[in-house]
Amino acid sequence: MAGGHGPAVRDARHVVGAVWRIESARIVGALARYTGDVALAEDVAQEALAEALVAWPRDGVPHNPAGWLTTVGRRRAIDTFRRRAALDERYAALAHQLGEGGAASGGSPASSGAASEGALLFDPDRVDDDVLALAFTACHPALSPEAQVALTLRVIGGLTSDEIARAFLVPTATVQARITRAKKTLSAARVPFEVPPPEERRERLGSVLSVVYLVFTEGSTATSGDDLIRPDLAHEALRMARVLARLAPDEPEVHGLLALLELTAARFPARTGPEGDPVLLEDQDRRRWDRAAIGRGRAALARAAGAGRGLGAYGLQAAIAECHAVAPSVDDTDWERIVVLYEALERLAPSPVVELNRAVALSMALGPAVALPVVDDLAGSERLAGSHLLPSVRGELLTRLGRTEEARSELSRAVDLCANYRERAVLERKLGDLS
Amino acid sequence: MKYMLIMRATDETFAAYEHVDFEEIIEAMGRFNQEMISAGVLVAAEGLDDASEGVVVDYSSQPPVVTDGPYGETKELFTGFWIVDVASKDEAIEWAKRAPLTGPGSKLEIRRVNSVEEFPQDNEWTRKERAWREATGQL
Repeated sequence: MAGGHGPAVRDARHVVGAVWRIESARIVGALARYTGDVALAEDVAQEALAEALVAWPRDGVPHNPAGWLTTVGRRRAIDTFRRRAALDERYAALAHQLGEGGAASGGSPASSGAASEGALLFDPDRVDDDVLALAFTACHPALSPEAQVALTLRVIGGLTSDEIARAFLVPTATVQARITRAKKTLSAARVPFEVPPPEERRERLGSVLSVVYLVFTEGSTATSGDDLIRPDLAHEALRMARVLARLAPDEPEVHGLLALLELTAARFPARTGPEGDPVLLEDQDRRRWDRAAIGRGRAALARAAGAGRGLGAYGLQAAIAECHAVAPSVDDTDWERIVVLYEALERLAPSPVVELNRAVALSMALGPAVALPVVDDLAGSERLAGSHLLPSVRGELLTRLGRTEEARSELSRAVDLCANYRERAVLERKLGDLS
Repeated sequence: MKYMLIMRATDETFAAYEHVDFEEIIEAMGRFNQEMISAGVLVAAEGLDDASEGVVVDYSSQPPVVTDGPYGETKELFTGFWIVDVASKDEAIEWAKRAPLTGPGSKLEIRRVNSVEEFPQDNEWTRKERAWREATGQL
């Protein structure tokens, strides 16, 4: 079958992909602990993956696929250390030390012995710490946000460079370059592979959560391109948030983030019309909201609130999403509570977008005349210059106030600034309704 | 995408585990469930009590015949299920391969769970069921 494209070959390739998605975090985590070097661990794990894509269709899927991949990765790591040993004494010592396990270099692992050799690296008591340390390392503040996102999706999510590139609509080479640079940065900064000490943990956790949030946001509001939602990215972020909630159960903000993602994703089925066009909150068929996801989100939010330390920025946004989730309609939404939650969010994490959202909630609670000054202040401060959000909200408020001419010019500006084709169509429709 | 992994066992399966310590069974199942929880994919799971405690309503004749069972006449028994939320069918298959307490005679069936948007939303009964799900926090 080798080289052919018969069903057996395709099946084995599918298995490689699925195993990789499930196991890659643990495999890279175990290899990183073993070598003390995340960059190297990622390299050799990718080599193992490439070897599996050749070997499994040819020889069949091994009995313990994750063990097989880990073993090959471990051997490639030893090979690397040996190669470097010629140049650097430290590696010579390491190669000797790591080779003590009796790992034969080169070749493919024979199924049974190899699997147990790989399984040795999977210390059940360490595996959670390994994955958590991996998340902290991939989201290290020494890396740019783009690099953090790419590396996290690669090592925690198990996505290939191609998949990441497709998800973010950038060339594969760009993703590969980001990951390569990220790995070089980690090596140069000698970032240790560890869960940070307690005094640094909360702040560092903030980086991890923000990466997961970024991935989700990209999936839930495509910043460019033709699709409004890219569920794969959103799903990936949700999965990572669930993993984190189990790995760091005592951190309320982890549950807050999970709650926010579940409650937001619950609305996906109603957010697009049959043609893929966006459906605004007030027009959404709430019967299409995913009740199971709402249930999970509310449970996570209760957990975040139950810690008794007050909600953080993600928890507050989740609480806002919950207000929508439990409301039978836009009019029956507790807009006053949403205004209060936005006020709390502004104190905690001030941002022009939060201010704009508070203005929208204010207009729903108390009318457009109350909200307009807030939006005007924002416009005056120029903090959202270049974004279509401000003129589209301002245009909406002016429309409701009957100031049609001003509304028209605001909405035209919003159309000009909007990069997402689907959202632009909605704005154009609103503009057309004014005439 | 949600998939249901349906456990189907035969007499052969039951015979194989008849003398296995219950603690051991709980442990094996618990480990597997924990692994899926850790991976963020498990949404729901239930196991069913002994089939001999069950009842079968057979509609082959009218009125339907109610018997204890099922016994003997069924080759495979539905013994429990998991619902996993995964990115692909391949991933669901991969999880199914890891299920514990299997062996000759055991089968796992993998079926996609229909999502809410696949049903007509303006149907009165869909609405009623939705209200109930909402009120009770059901999947």
